Amino acid sequence: MSHHDVVVVGAGLAGLVAAVRLAEAGASVLVLAKGVGATHLSPCTIDVLGYDPEPVERPLEAVARLIAARPDHPYAVAGPAGVADAIAWFTGCFEDGPLAPYGYVGDGAENHVLPTALGAPRPSAVVPESMAAGDLRGGGEICVVGFRTLKDFYPLLMADNLDRLDGVHARGIELDLAAEGRADANALGVARALEAPAFRAELVAQLAGRLGADERVALPAVLGIADPHGVWTELQEHLGRPVFEVPTLPPSVAGMRVYATLTERLRRAGGRLILNVVVTGADRSGGARVTAVRARVGLRDVVHGADWVVLATGGFASGGLELDSRWTVRETALGLPVVGVPTPGAERFHPAYFDEHPIGRAGVAVDGEGRPLEPGGGVAMDNVRVAGATLAGAEPWREKSGDGLSLATGFRAAGSIMAALGVGAGATAGTGG
Amino acid sequence: MSPLDHDDHDVLGGLMRQSLDHCVKCTICETFCPVSNVTPLFPGPKYAGPQAERFRTPAEESPDTSLDYCSGCGICTQVCPQGVHIAEINSQARSRLRQRTGVPLRDQLIARPDVIGMLGRPAAPLANRTLRSPLLRRAAERAIGLDRRAPVPDVAGRTFQAWARKHRSPPAARRVAYFHGCGANWYEPDSGRRTVELLEHLGVQVLVPRGQRCCGLPLQSNGLFDPARSYAKRMARRLAPAARAGIDIVGTATSCTLMLKREAREILGLEDDPPLREVSDHMYDICEYLMMLHDRGELRTDFGPLPMTVTYHAPCQQQGHGIGKPALDLLALVPELRVVESTSLCCGIAGTYGLKDEKYDIAMDVGAGLFAQVANTHSDLVVCDSETCRWHIEHATGVPAVHPIELLHRAAGLG
Repeated sequence: MSHHDVVVVGAGLAGLVAAVRLAEAGASVLVLAKGVGATHLSPCTIDVLGYDPEPVERPLEAVARLIAARPDHPYAVAGPAGVADAIAWFTGCFEDGPLAPYGYVGDGAENHVLPTALGAPRPSAVVPESMAAGDLRGGGEICVVGFRTLKDFYPLLMADNLDRLDGVHARGIELDLAAEGRADANALGVARALEAPAFRAELVAQLAGRLGADERVALPAVLGIADPHGVWTELQEHLGRPVFEVPTLPPSVAGMRVYATLTERLRRAGGRLILNVVVTGADRSGGARVTAVRARVGLRDVVHGADWVVLATGGFASGGLELDSRWTVRETALGLPVVGVPTPGAERFHPAYFDEHPIGRAGVAVDGEGRPLEPGGGVAMDNVRVAGATLAGAEPWREKSGDGLSLATGFRAAGSIMAALGVGAGATAGTGG
Repeated sequence: MSPLDHDDHDVLGGLMRQSLDHCVKCTICETFCPVSNVTPLFPGPKYAGPQAERFRTPAEESPDTSLDYCSGCGICTQVCPQGVHIAEINSQARSRLRQRTGVPLRDQLIARPDVIGMLGRPAAPLANRTLRSPLLRRAAERAIGLDRRAPVPDVAGRTFQAWARKHRSPPAARRVAYFHGCGANWYEPDSGRRTVELLEHLGVQVLVPRGQRCCGLPLQSNGLFDPARSYAKRMARRLAPAARAGIDIVGTATSCTLMLKREAREILGLEDDPPLREVSDHMYDICEYLMMLHDRGELRTDFGPLPMTVTYHAPCQQQGHGIGKPALDLLALVPELRVVESTSLCCGIAGTYGLKDEKYDIAMDVGAGLFAQVANTHSDLVVCDSETCRWHIEHATGVPAVHPIELLHRAAGLG
């Protein structure tokens, strides 16, 4: 049986943030995950808080109000100062990361208002540098450029919606520029094509003379995988104007950059990541302390010893939580208690997607340290910290808080363990809640 | 009923095919696929896997043959967050495809490394000279499509089994059975010998079960499931007595250990073969085994210094074990050894894939990042757990490639 200071379960944003922070503080860290997490599926803008329920302009201030109003919200575990610290840490990860100088902008004081691929305004606090020029707060003229072969991005539709916003004038251009000779390509295919200078030159050539003097250019988020800063700055230079990326349907190229940055940092810090491992339970030493996690690997059961465990397996969408047709709800990795599920027969969902659903805040309840709680309020597992979408109390799709919560609670879980281990800056950082 | 029987789609290794219904088309597998990253000839694991599988019905086979360009590296299965057995589904579908389209003579040949070894060994020097002759390689490329540039190993004059028959392993409290694979037996018998010497140095008695032949992996990869099944079952029968006696089995050919640990049961549908099951339960990659000893504080670690720089590349098949990279932990025990970890997922060869003339360039493109890393780090050696990967990397970089055990053997002062 191997033994590590910390086993992190889950390789999404929350798990990777916790793992990287702990490994860089000197802890021995093993990440076990069923597969790659939601980085590749999300825009990977850090939406700290977008709606409360009105559009939020100053997210950190709004987080403080949210925590005061809802002390059971997972942001309470991180605290407003902890959220700010987590943001600063995250943007710092890129400054000397493998994709530098590609980085993120924003400190959580103000929200950007970025366009979605449908042309709707979307508040987001911390965003890739290559998306920042999409900010709609100042209005302006936008030319949305797409590729006829890219089936997930319709520039004319996006421009048509954008043009309805106050102060925004938008139009769309669809380029007949095919990626890799494929009949249809997704964002990944176009991003790979744009790695080639000749393809970028062709893109610039096709736009020559077609852009208005004051137009900035929106493109799907496909501007480079290995060197996104280089691709983005080259296009700005050659087009002679600001260029910005708009998040696409999966695969999220921006998410691939986050995954690449965090996993490479983890590797450099000596942390280990094993995929295709399904954690199925925990061994305990009599009391509430976990001594090891049990997992299924291929056809074999294995045990990994750990002094600390970070659980970051996601919510219902990721399989971290499960609700079956008999109303049995469970947290799938460690078997922790789940709160917030309506009793059998009671209403779980309201008709409209953005309603506040009775089951919407279900998840694992934690104390101020992020330790999982029993229904009665006692600590279920003393040396376990829960982070990300597994946590009870949030409605990320209504709040636009998903990646912000994953970042802040993953950062906080690491800080709590670092303080106990007496390593890094854990004793001082993220003490909110 | 055979897993390939179209009358019942539910039996493919039990839940294997059913797992496709867990695919939510998130495309994570596509972002990691090393083949579709470099060529549009393969449309990617999601498209060729769960998506196309729904259209491959008993009544009407899909006319799409792009699946043939899947290298079978297995990375798609490793990264899938939904537990879809993408690579395994594709392996089974490729076999059905090849049943329909026929398997070329070339693939029939290169899928039998032990037959080549057996035929070549009696006249090894001549056979090796012939196999290296540019004239013959060009002819072979034209005749059967074996790429003339692809690396083929030299056949050794004396097999590892021949050496092992004369060798007496000193009795020790701990015993293992050594599953040496075709690579060590026919092509690199010295590496097999060094494995035995190292294990003995570490206080392990090594049994070498007689009559070990090919495990069937290359046949499986080339879609030849029927012979692959009989090879795998035969190999399992050779190793099962050791497993039954509670003796762990260790292998140095990481893809072959994965084959007997998991793939033959899952992909070939041999779940119910009792000897295979016993062998599977006791099978360990050798680095996995040594790290288990180390975790228990039972590994001798008095290694001498090796002042050199090496690049360690974990083969995709090694990653299929789900054991992390134990070779890195072992090499970290060697003083003054600077180990650079490869950041590439696959070297490109994927067993026999890169030997084929229509795939050689793809294999070289897949490995380009690794080859550049080896050059940029001025590595003295490449360290890698799979022999076909080592031959391919050596061929592409000109830098010698060795199994991690070779370095430990050296650091233990054994040679």
